[in-house]
Amino acid sequence: MKDLEKPHNESEAIDMLHRYNEDVLPQKFGKAGMIWVSFLLAVIVVGLYNYVQQLRYGLVVTGLSDTVSWGIYISNFVFFVAISLVGSLITAVLHLLNVKWRAPLTRISEVIAVSAIVFAGLIIIVDMGRPDRLLNMFIYGRIQSPIVWDVIVVMTYMTISVLLLYFPLIPSIAYCRDHMKNIPKWQHKMYTFLSLNWKDTNGQYAIVSKAIKILSIMIIPVALSIHTVTSWLFATTYRPGWDSTNFGAYFVAGAFMVGAAAVVAAMYILQKFYKNYDQYFTDKHFDRMGKLLVLLSFVYLYFSVNEYFIPGYKMKGEEAEHLKELFVGHYAPMFWTVQIFGMIIPIIVLLFKKGRKPLPIFIMSVFVILGAWFKRYLIVVPTMLHPLTPMDRLPEAAKHYMPTFAEWSITSASLAGALLLITLFVRYFPIISIWELAEERDIPHHTIYKNLNK
Amino acid sequence: MSDTPDKKNNQEDNDSGRRDFLRMGILTAGLAIAGGGLRKVFSEDHSATGEKVQAMTADGKLIEVSSSHISEVNCCAAPSAESRVGIPGKKYVMVIDLSRCKNAMKCQKACQKHHLLPTHDKYLKVYKMQDSPEASPYWMPKPCLHCDKPPCVKVCPVDATFKRSDGLVLIDNERCIGCRFCMAACPYSTRTFNWDEPLQPANINEYTYSPESSTPRKKGTVEKCDFCPDMLKQGLLPHCVSACPNGVYYFGDANEDTVTNGDETLKFRQLIKDKAGYRYMESLGTEPSVYYLPAVNRLFPFEEEAPTENI
Repeated sequence: MKDLEKPHNESEAIDMLHRYNEDVLPQKFGKAGMIWVSFLLAVIVVGLYNYVQQLRYGLVVTGLSDTVSWGIYISNFVFFVAISLVGSLITAVLHLLNVKWRAPLTRISEVIAVSAIVFAGLIIIVDMGRPDRLLNMFIYGRIQSPIVWDVIVVMTYMTISVLLLYFPLIPSIAYCRDHMKNIPKWQHKMYTFLSLNWKDTNGQYAIVSKAIKILSIMIIPVALSIHTVTSWLFATTYRPGWDSTNFGAYFVAGAFMVGAAAVVAAMYILQKFYKNYDQYFTDKHFDRMGKLLVLLSFVYLYFSVNEYFIPGYKMKGEEAEHLKELFVGHYAPMFWTVQIFGMIIPIIVLLFKKGRKPLPIFIMSVFVILGAWFKRYLIVVPTMLHPLTPMDRLPEAAKHYMPTFAEWSITSASLAGALLLITLFVRYFPIISIWELAEERDIPHHTIYKNLNK
Repeated sequence: MSDTPDKKNNQEDNDSGRRDFLRMGILTAGLAIAGGGLRKVFSEDHSATGEKVQAMTADGKLIEVSSSHISEVNCCAAPSAESRVGIPGKKYVMVIDLSRCKNAMKCQKACQKHHLLPTHDKYLKVYKMQDSPEASPYWMPKPCLHCDKPPCVKVCPVDATFKRSDGLVLIDNERCIGCRFCMAACPYSTRTFNWDEPLQPANINEYTYSPESSTPRKKGTVEKCDFCPDMLKQGLLPHCVSACPNGVYYFGDANEDTVTNGDETLKFRQLIKDKAGYRYMESLGTEPSVYYLPAVNRLFPFEEEAPTENI
């Protein structure tokens, strides 16, 4: 595993870029890939079947009740929105900070962002009692409602993210168009169509670079908005545990943390399955991502302390009931597992250089991702079980919440769908942007590509 | 609470007789006023009992008919668009006298029946409250509080739930998308959701939907207590108010400054002033239209047992 080196002369540079581009050309699935895709498809099919049942019989197929009227669909939605923030972190924030090692990570993080935000949109439709009336949002939309704000910012974020994925992808698609032989006709046609007659001219590169720069700036406030507004869906209510002015910052911090973990996990899996990727995702990248992740975890720890310690110090009324349930009550095992495995242990491990080697950081990232999913469950569900009104005369079913199989299956299908989208992208498009990599290293790729194409 | 089962049944029979009588009255009055342009809301099948009930005809004669021949026809529930306009000049308020409530649950029963609610959906709940460990517990009926600053209306993304000029907060279930944000936003846990296809009379589809009667109920939408505007339009009291045997509920118009529980009519503001009326969770700033009179000098001692069907 050695880092990319700077070429000494032009012919070396041509040779190098050619080699790199060939390295990252999409490959057919191996046996493992086929099994993985079949597994995802199976999960999706079961989920779709259950969703059809839900459409037929209503949300009664879920474990939801009038008490816990938002459950894992909503916490899963928050999880997706959180993960999607990584696109803006790697492509935009690191881009504007002029970080010199981010180029190989941009595309994968943007793919994760787009897949996550697409499925965030879909899972929220799944949660609706009347998805047939979706258009009412646009016909009768009221700007006073945080849901309308969320729809606006999520759609804006989705649009910018897709563009931020697509623009840097055009030169790579053009390379596939020109250099991939023995591919099905439709695949070649797709490359031809999507590459928009790309000719590697200086002018084209100038336009793309400028567009990326503008989008990188635009996406930052939108990214902060999507997760802040998502937190407001809860913080605008009066419920204990949600009625918090800390929520926006707390959610955004958590989102950056899980997003960074998702990129690390993706890097690790890619370099395991595509052997020649380890020269792009080097130990150095893992080390730097590890440092970034530990920084983000500290920020999240800071907001978490604010979120739990201060109300915990006062222990007022309903808030106390809710917090006791989390700290020592019914949800305590989940709460402490999430805090310890999803935050404390990763922080400790990643502080050490050895902990930032690919395997340990991959394991820590998986902890962070799982922790983040259950953390969102802990944000949504226990609060709903502590309404401001007395619960003792409610029917037994309204005093508890246990997601049903149908609910788990639909939620799993959405996660599988996002993973399938990422997998298919890797199957058909180069997952590392070589031209951006060359640019990052000041290799004059414009002229080189032209020579390459001759 | 010492009623034997037989006694209870007798009471119920009498009750339903009175209700049907009232219904027939409404039917005929409605016919007389509105002619053929009526909107039926629902009918219930009494054929199984075969009981006879008395009813008043349009010309004032008292007749006895089989209850299976009577169906309720509602003249006064407007369709969705029209129901957004409040009754002119009115500002409805409710006063609930906690010192009179003995958890008889007649209010809830009448509400369930009128709104075709199954047992697991309750528009009106009766909470057992206890303000401090030393204080005696008391029963607290809780309909929708029809807040003047309704958090539910604020968060609705599609304007499906709305506040009217007469103070009522209603839901248009031909527009509701079922996102349930209003349920999360309501601090009073007032709203319920149709998780499945609601159980309703077979002929329900013959009737036009109205937010003023909250029927026919619709799958995948949110519903709640509506203060029975279909009754108010006829100058009648909401079902919970008229069903209460102890005069717990006073209902009226703040503009007229009067409230009535059916037996006595009182000055609204004077009543609140004299009896230290308060509103539930006043500190939230939601400004409910429902006032409570504290459970002091009670008519009934607090008894723990509750009718099982209501839990």
